[in-house]
Amino acid sequence: MALEDSHVRRAAHLARIAVSDDQASGFVEDLSRILDMVDQLQGVNTDGVAPLAHPLDATQRLRADEVTETNQRDTFQRCAPAVENGLYLVPRVVE
Amino acid sequence: MQWETVIGLEVHVQLATHSKIFSGASTAFGAEPNSQACAVDLGLPGVLPVLNEQAVAMAVQFGLAVHADIPEVSVFDRKNYFYPDLPKGYQTSQMYHPIVGPGEVEIALDDDTTKRIRIHHAHLEEDAGKSLHEDFHGMTGIDLNRAGTPLLEIVSEPDMRSAKEAAAYLKAIHSIVTYLGISDGNMAEGSMRCDVNVSVRPKGQEAFGTRAEIKNVNSFRFVEKAIAFEVERQIELIEDGGKVVQETRLFDPERDETRSMRTKEEANDYRYFPCPDLLPVVLDQAYLDHLRSQLPELPAEKRERFQQALGLSAYDASVLSASRDMAEYFEAVHRVCGDAKQAANWVQGELSGALNRENLSIANSPVSANQLGELVQRVLDDTINGKAAKQVFQALWHGEGTSADAIIEAKGLKQVTDTGAIEAMIDQVIADSPAQVAQYCDAEPEKRGKMIGYFVGQVMKASRGTANPQQVNGLLKEKLDALL
Amino acid sequence: MHDKTLTQLAKALGSGELSSRELTEHYLQRIQQSGAILNSFITVTADQALERADAADQARAKGTASLLTGVPLALKDIFCTQGIKTSCGSRMLDNFDAPYDATVVEKLKTAGTVTLGKTNMDEFAMGSSNENSYYGPVKNPWDLTAVPGGSSGGSAAAVAAGLTPAALGTDTGGSIRQPAAFCGITGLKPTYGRVSRYGMIAYASSLDQAGPMARSAEDCAHLLNVMAGHDVRDSTCVARGVPDYAETLNAPLSGLKIGLPIEYFGEGLDPEVEKAVREAVSVYESLGATVRDVSLPHTHYAIPAYYVIAPAEASSNLSRFDGVRFGYRCDDPSDLIDLYKRSRAEGFGDEVQRRILIGTHTLSEGFFDAYYTKAQKVRRLIRQDFLDAFEDVDVLMGPASPTPAFDLGAKKDPVSMYLQDIYTIAVNLAGIPGISVPAGFAGGRPIGLQILGTHFAEAQLLNVAHQFQQTTDWHLQRPDFAEESA
Repeated sequence: MALEDSHVRRAAHLARIAVSDDQASGFVEDLSRILDMVDQLQGVNTDGVAPLAHPLDATQRLRADEVTETNQRDTFQRCAPAVENGLYLVPRVVE
Repeated sequence: MQWETVIGLEVHVQLATHSKIFSGASTAFGAEPNSQACAVDLGLPGVLPVLNEQAVAMAVQFGLAVHADIPEVSVFDRKNYFYPDLPKGYQTSQMYHPIVGPGEVEIALDDDTTKRIRIHHAHLEEDAGKSLHEDFHGMTGIDLNRAGTPLLEIVSEPDMRSAKEAAAYLKAIHSIVTYLGISDGNMAEGSMRCDVNVSVRPKGQEAFGTRAEIKNVNSFRFVEKAIAFEVERQIELIEDGGKVVQETRLFDPERDETRSMRTKEEANDYRYFPCPDLLPVVLDQAYLDHLRSQLPELPAEKRERFQQALGLSAYDASVLSASRDMAEYFEAVHRVCGDAKQAANWVQGELSGALNRENLSIANSPVSANQLGELVQRVLDDTINGKAAKQVFQALWHGEGTSADAIIEAKGLKQVTDTGAIEAMIDQVIADSPAQVAQYCDAEPEKRGKMIGYFVGQVMKASRGTANPQQVNGLLKEKLDALL
Repeated sequence: MHDKTLTQLAKALGSGELSSRELTEHYLQRIQQSGAILNSFITVTADQALERADAADQARAKGTASLLTGVPLALKDIFCTQGIKTSCGSRMLDNFDAPYDATVVEKLKTAGTVTLGKTNMDEFAMGSSNENSYYGPVKNPWDLTAVPGGSSGGSAAAVAAGLTPAALGTDTGGSIRQPAAFCGITGLKPTYGRVSRYGMIAYASSLDQAGPMARSAEDCAHLLNVMAGHDVRDSTCVARGVPDYAETLNAPLSGLKIGLPIEYFGEGLDPEVEKAVREAVSVYESLGATVRDVSLPHTHYAIPAYYVIAPAEASSNLSRFDGVRFGYRCDDPSDLIDLYKRSRAEGFGDEVQRRILIGTHTLSEGFFDAYYTKAQKVRRLIRQDFLDAFEDVDVLMGPASPTPAFDLGAKKDPVSMYLQDIYTIAVNLAGIPGISVPAGFAGGRPIGLQILGTHFAEAQLLNVAHQFQQTTDWHLQRPDFAEESA
């Protein structure tokens, strides 16, 4: 599966990473080599094999429905780039 | 051309858990911004989700209530996209293995028939935060208190054929979730939100038309209005030779119209994949049996019982079973007074009228079911007549007494059934109304029935409404006819 | 002092021979003297360390100390530490003082250990050489022209150089075992789910696991005793009893069945590394173990599968670094998209961006099944290879890396770097535990023997490693660097 410039640009947009034209061609080259290596997977016969998402065959544990957290807004917002009146600020979102 | 409308609904229901779906932060509505957004809700580096057992139980209860398949294994997936109210850059949801499989809901239609709407599936997911667009120097403020609130997204099949059916379906879902107590169903606060998929096709055609998804349809009324507008728009478009495009549209309740949301240059690609921080949820039969045994009687079952066992009309049964509060109130009134028909009339008539006038929910009624039951009982045992009963109701409503009996006593509304007393009043009225008596006597016999009303009114007035009207009527007729 | 192992230091603290303050001051001084040359620390927390050391000494005096009370340690800068910078080796988090402690950090605090600082690492744990750090490469104390391995390179170098008795690392595809091998120390990657991941900044959630890095297997056993165990905050952390890993270190090895995966001794393996590993295996034979060849037929596909699964998970895990609630935000964003795109382009380094892009691409529409689903199926086959092998043998042995530490700047092409992890990566896909122990040198650079066990066989791995260290002294060799700078 050959990787094209448009794939890299699309991935960069979906991943919200600014990529210049120069960088894009570098990424196409690097990513193509990685995907060529990955393409070896197509040689494995996986008929009838179920995908494995977790290495252990464990199941989800459930938490009791209890409020255990207290308000730590001030602590959490100390590492925020921009806050006002307890809100995180971002450039205006147009609906 | 004859057109047919095809509608499917995606209803998001906020589950009434105390804490969030993946964290121990409170879900209470209306707190200070970001005061209920803990490290997990904020998606701080290194945090991990742990699933709330109550969210699972509530989702399963819903599934059982709509007779759905509950698969043994369900899995959480990540839906990846960037938005400031989505802290992790992905929403934890269920794409491939939802917790609730196919089921069905019965809806009541205006012609007193019912229709089954199939549910495709229902899945658990986390709610996002809120963007506040007030002016922060041209910036948008983000409040993440709501982020992580558990949502059950209920996806119907495209089984609805009119706006009314869609509204009835939404009402049915609303009554099921409130009956189950798994959501407060408060649409104004966003506890229940609805996306509507609408398409039209020529009647008789099997293939579906291209659909539009309408977002932000957050009341029963808006559902009808949005669909009505959208159907008309699509039909006009096609009839003018245009084509409906698959898109997301926003309903504007102020203008009663839908409009296209600015479509991004490229379609979204959410890159769903199983969330590696959560393991498969496995539910065994014993767990399902336990939850099933705890299910309350549900609206459809109640409606059926109200008709079959209590002899109510289809309409009454449907209205009285629509909400759990309403049904429980009605049943309590019935328990006290013993007459289902009278209980139904009072709850739907006097009580509902008063509640509507003051915009109160039945849960906040100033008149308790017990009080109303006792009042109805006093009508049934002839202690008071209907007119007095309305006075008693008003007095109870305004808190002028704690029980019907106390008010009857205090206001002297006890019905007069003593024949002697009534006869004395009649004699007085006859004596005071010579002209009317003369007219009565001169009238054609078939017109006299109508003319007797005047005398009944006078006697009732003289008794300050407490005389038994049937008795008054009978005695008057006897006495007047004797004068002929 | 810094010649001693963590176990010896703990004993010296216990007997009163040493105070935690003396010990902590000694290591802080060593970090100050030689830290800059190695670049193994991103943050040194001298004041807090001394405070903790005094508290530890008081606890000793009061008799409320446990074995590790007062022992200094370093933490890979991937573990969140309350009020202390937690950078993950990235510009993205250069300004991030974590507002909470990771569960393992809490556990270590409860045990009374003293944190000296946070060690350098490949950005977001993506790398095999520690050259991908925003804070610059770390050097190998055995040879300053060589890499220390990665991604826990700062931890490995600091332990090897005697700047700390032990350190915590994390291992997603070999990030504890390979740098341990390159730096001549002992490093254990526990079974997936044995140690809580809460507060450990995620790279690839289904593969990441924290573990101890120290001089000896015995040291690792004591550390794992504290680190392991259930955590209600991590759904993937198992609720399973934690044995005393120190108790079984001396179990005899007679009858131990060792398997040598033939795929781990094939093309690309440095002959000197092979020789050292085979000699180590013969030591085990002399201790009563039997050895046979086994096959892990899907070994060849581990790297391809890993480079689908890990970047896919990473692409999603790293979406939270968006410049909104914490971390780097670009200057003067013109709009929201610009804020996202520039903050992430400026905040993440090249390798992180590469992996995010690979992961985003392989998860996207039209590619998901061919890449992601396929890789997950291959992952099952790889795990099955191990489970089958452990039907026949108790442990597997082989090299931790095909070569000793390579030169700084030697591997420019990402794929050739990825291929370094050929012997370690399958272990993470299978979720089994593995340990690297020093087993010799080639050209003055250390060689690591890797020992693998089945799920939750940490006690056995530590026992097997410890017995080797009772017979050999590779683990006690120190680089000249550690001596000169003393």
